Amino acid sequence: MAAVQWHSRARRYESELQSCGLEVAPVEFSDYHPLKSITVTDSKSRRGARKGSTSSSSSSSSSVAPDPLSSMLDGTDPLSMFAAASASESPPTLSQSRKRREKEDEVGVDFEPWSSKRGEILARFTTTEKLSINLFMGSEKGKAPSLASSAVSEKVRTRLEELDDLEEGSQRELLNLSQQDYVNRIEELNQSLKEAWASDQKVKALKIVIQCSKLLSDTAVIQFYPSKFVLITDILDTFGRLVYERIWSMCSDPRPLPDSFTADEVNDTAKETCLNWFFKIASIRELIPRLYVEVALLKCNRFLTKCGIQETVPRLTAMIRGIGDPLVAVYARAYLCRIGMEVAPHLKDSLNKNFFDLLGTFRQIHGDSVQNQLVLQRVEIPVYLTLYSPAIHWILQCVSYRAPEDYINCAEIWVEFTCRHFTKREVNTVLSDIIKHMTPDRAFEDAYPQLQSVIRKILTYFHDFSVLFSMERFLPFMDMFQKDSVRVGVCLSIMDVFIKHQQEPTRDPVILNALLHVCKTMHDSVNALTLEDEKRSLALLINGFIRMVSFGRDFEQQLSFCVEARATFCNLEPVLVQLIHTVNQLAMETRRVMRGSHSRKTAAFVRACAAYSFITIPSLTSIFSRLNLYLLSGQVALANQCLSQADAFLKAAVSVLPEVPRSISIEGKLRSSEGFLLDFINNFLSALLVVPDHPEAGVLFLVRGLLNMVQDYTWEDNSDAKVHVYISALPLLAAMSQESYLYSIPKVDSNETLYGGDPKFLAEINKLCETLIGQVLDHLKTLGRDESIHRQGSLAFSLFGCLLAHGDLRNNKLNQLAVNLWNLSHKQGYCNTRTSVRTLEFIKHQAQQPDMVHLSDVLHRLTLQSRT
Amino acid sequence: MSASLDIRLKRANKVYHEGEVLAGVVAIVSKEAVQHQGITLTMEGIVNLQLSSKSVGVFEAFYNSVKPIQLITSNIEVVKQGKVPGGKTEIPFEFPLHTKGNKVLYETYHGVFVNIQYTLRCDMKRSLLAKDLSKTCEFMVHCLPQKAKLQPTPVDFTITPETLQNVRERSLLPKFLIRGHLDATNCVITKPLTGELVVESSDVAIKSIELQLVRVETCGCAEGYARDATEIQNIQIAEGDVCHSLPIPIYMVFPRLFTCPTLETINFKVGEFTCNKYKSNSATVCGLPMADRCDSLFLCRV
Repeated sequence: MAAVQWHSRARRYESELQSCGLEVAPVEFSDYHPLKSITVTDSKSRRGARKGSTSSSSSSSSSVAPDPLSSMLDGTDPLSMFAAASASESPPTLSQSRKRREKEDEVGVDFEPWSSKRGEILARFTTTEKLSINLFMGSEKGKAPSLASSAVSEKVRTRLEELDDLEEGSQRELLNLSQQDYVNRIEELNQSLKEAWASDQKVKALKIVIQCSKLLSDTAVIQFYPSKFVLITDILDTFGRLVYERIWSMCSDPRPLPDSFTADEVNDTAKETCLNWFFKIASIRELIPRLYVEVALLKCNRFLTKCGIQETVPRLTAMIRGIGDPLVAVYARAYLCRIGMEVAPHLKDSLNKNFFDLLGTFRQIHGDSVQNQLVLQRVEIPVYLTLYSPAIHWILQCVSYRAPEDYINCAEIWVEFTCRHFTKREVNTVLSDIIKHMTPDRAFEDAYPQLQSVIRKILTYFHDFSVLFSMERFLPFMDMFQKDSVRVGVCLSIMDVFIKHQQEPTRDPVILNALLHVCKTMHDSVNALTLEDEKRSLALLINGFIRMVSFGRDFEQQLSFCVEARATFCNLEPVLVQLIHTVNQLAMETRRVMRGSHSRKTAAFVRACAAYSFITIPSLTSIFSRLNLYLLSGQVALANQCLSQADAFLKAAVSVLPEVPRSISIEGKLRSSEGFLLDFINNFLSALLVVPDHPEAGVLFLVRGLLNMVQDYTWEDNSDAKVHVYISALPLLAAMSQESYLYSIPKVDSNETLYGGDPKFLAEINKLCETLIGQVLDHLKTLGRDESIHRQGSLAFSLFGCLLAHGDLRNNKLNQLAVNLWNLSHKQGYCNTRTSVRTLEFIKHQAQQPDMVHLSDVLHRLTLQSRT
Repeated sequence: MSASLDIRLKRANKVYHEGEVLAGVVAIVSKEAVQHQGITLTMEGIVNLQLSSKSVGVFEAFYNSVKPIQLITSNIEVVKQGKVPGGKTEIPFEFPLHTKGNKVLYETYHGVFVNIQYTLRCDMKRSLLAKDLSKTCEFMVHCLPQKAKLQPTPVDFTITPETLQNVRERSLLPKFLIRGHLDATNCVITKPLTGELVVESSDVAIKSIELQLVRVETCGCAEGYARDATEIQNIQIAEGDVCHSLPIPIYMVFPRLFTCPTLETINFKVGEFTCNKYKSNSATVCGLPMADRCDSLFLCRV
């Protein structure tokens, strides 16, 4: 092909700007801004808002928000906001509240069950002495005192005492039993209880149980008492279960009762049967059997009334005070606590009352009755005291069960009161109390929801973070969140509040230290399984924090903060990007402060900033982040007169170019990267205008480098991108050949000064342009062959536009090329007629300029072909 | 036995009030059809009075000089003479509980000398060859709630050797002091008797503290009246040498049937239930259990 000669058109940028600039109309930004959200406010309140009141009426006026989009969404997306609202605000439905009740009504697996203690007690408390079972306390019957004045008829007496004895035939006292015999005998009783029940002899069954419980008032062979207690309460358990199941089965018509039934669902017959049992028990003459049997049937209260159990347990607790022997009493308490825990573990008050009553009656041990008994049985006090240990241990286990839970439930409420009405000092006291209570046995592990709620409440009332972190116990409190997910959740809510409410940038070391720690926790929670979305929201919060850090004029401190932050947050790419921006901003801020001329010290500082960016950028995985940051940092370096640094940035950008993949993932979809790449290259080209050539590298080193990369890059098949780049490079080259450049950087000599319009330099540019045009024309030819006429037309038109704007059309060859391109683009009639018409009008307009007359010749040769 | 007869009341607890309707079914279960000459139901409420042998002469007591008082009676024929088919047959019935004249349905009470009982009897008459079938069932009547508002009448008490009755050698008794209170002496019959008791001091170890519920029944006629007190229930509230100065609860459920609201009529009187706190020492000195009686109770139903 015939070589095209390139001649750049000389430009007078200033006059051009004046002639074609639009009339500037001042815009009142405070009244109208296209991005400002529409809010309806009356003028009065708006005035208030503008003065910086925090209760801003428009979201755009709260400048604290880190990101206008996220501030609109309030940090959470609307869907999860709805979900959260429905979870927290909707009144608990029946099933929910029932579920909670059930949870309260049951003892968790964390409670060591009685069954595991049983065997231990039996093995520990043994005896070689002879035992006796006096199953018929008939001897008392004769002695039962009656008032001399009251004549008791035989009929009534029989009724009153029918519960007191077994059938005539079974009245016996078994003496001289070995321990094994005793155990066997009790087991026999257990069997006969079951048999009696199975054969529908309910009264006999009750009698057996009463007789057995009576044995517990007998403290002969006292060292065996704990084991006796275990054996006999087994029988009571069996009985309690039989009665409960019997009454429960009476309600199985038409369908079985659910486990969480209420008294309303129980039919009258079952209720009457249940009531009968309780009346029978209430008339048992002796205290200890009456107590034990009623405790055994405690669960049956559920059939009668809703609050039966919770009324009965305190009464039974008080009833135990009537037991004089302290050992008998403590075991009775242990049994009540055991059944109480099975049936209604939430009745803490009674458990506590049992414990305090136990303490209150402890002096009984040193009373005469006990001492005499010990002398008689020849048992030493230390041995005697060990007999108490299983019972006391059990009571304490019941009392302490979930005690921290109760505490934290109260504290959670209390802290809000404190926050609302007192100062940080009192809140600190509450926090330290919570720590004190929740630390033993790692009780906090079971109370994360409540502890989180404590934090939330504090954050609701304390927005001043310097106050918040000056509470001594706040950070130790945070240390209780040891489960990662919970910890991160708490950190998120802290950062959320910080970003929303922190008004001024801060350098308070207390806040920075604490928040850096908080952010580090969030950052460290990121792992391979973390979703992109989560990472993004974490990064958003951390970025918000970084933006709020300012050391004022202490730029070095700021930079070292960024260094620390980079080390801390190395896994979150958006944070690294933010840090690079912060550092670039820092460099520009330094330049502003120095009014453009750096001292030796500040020059060294901005170079340090550039170095920071230069070593940080390669760690980013996103190629376009890297490219854009290289370019931006290069521009910043240039602005700060760091020429070699700027060169390095731009060179790095060029050398990274071949790595750009042909498609990139955007929001989870694979998209062609071509558009982004073209955008970047155009941006890059316009920056190159002001970059002076490196004295040791050749002329237009960077431009050539870029174009070489473009040439070698594997573009998409059938793509005109490469040619578009070539066309885009022409304006740059044309601009470079001007005597004075369109723009320049203060205190940086661009090529205009370096070469001073040297003809060799201009010739170099022209040669480059000619090569580019040659490439474009070659491409146009291939398009003609491939019958991609449409593409050919539009490319030709682009090149025509470029020639018109930047080429010197007085040159005949260039002139002819332009006309040819026009014709080529109009040959197939694919071009936009309207654009063509407007182009012609532009040329006509240009031709009126004094030194552009030649354009009118061109105009004559351009014909407008209508498609029709 | 080829056929069985049963009465089933609608209410599981069998408790009715004056003015209500006593309803239920007569259930006949038989393999084959049963031939009969009519099935009748009789409802009856009767007060039986009996004089104790202590109050009157033995002979007189034996002959029951006091006549039963009928409160209500009613008789209906459920089924006319005919045949009941084989299998299970249920015949529903209803009796309105209305009295005639100015009679009142007193509350069911099973006492010693006074008995107030309501029964329902079903009879199936059959031909000469087969035995008549009969079934009786008792139902309970509770008197209507009292309108007057019940004032709680708490009462404090102290028991010392000096307050004891029926003691011959007071000087031989060990020293002790028991204080306490009953929450109310006007008691609602469905609610337990409650209170507290504190052993302030005692020279000897206490063996047991019991609570005795006693009733007083009075039967009268023109010739005079007989008044008797009998124990209903005895409940142990403390066993062994209880802790001093620690309040021990007093708690007693009034047994059903054997207690009723305090009642006074022309012919008889049930009431003045009394409560005895009862203390038994391992009294080595006197060797006798000691009792202190006190506090008459007024029971009512609300």
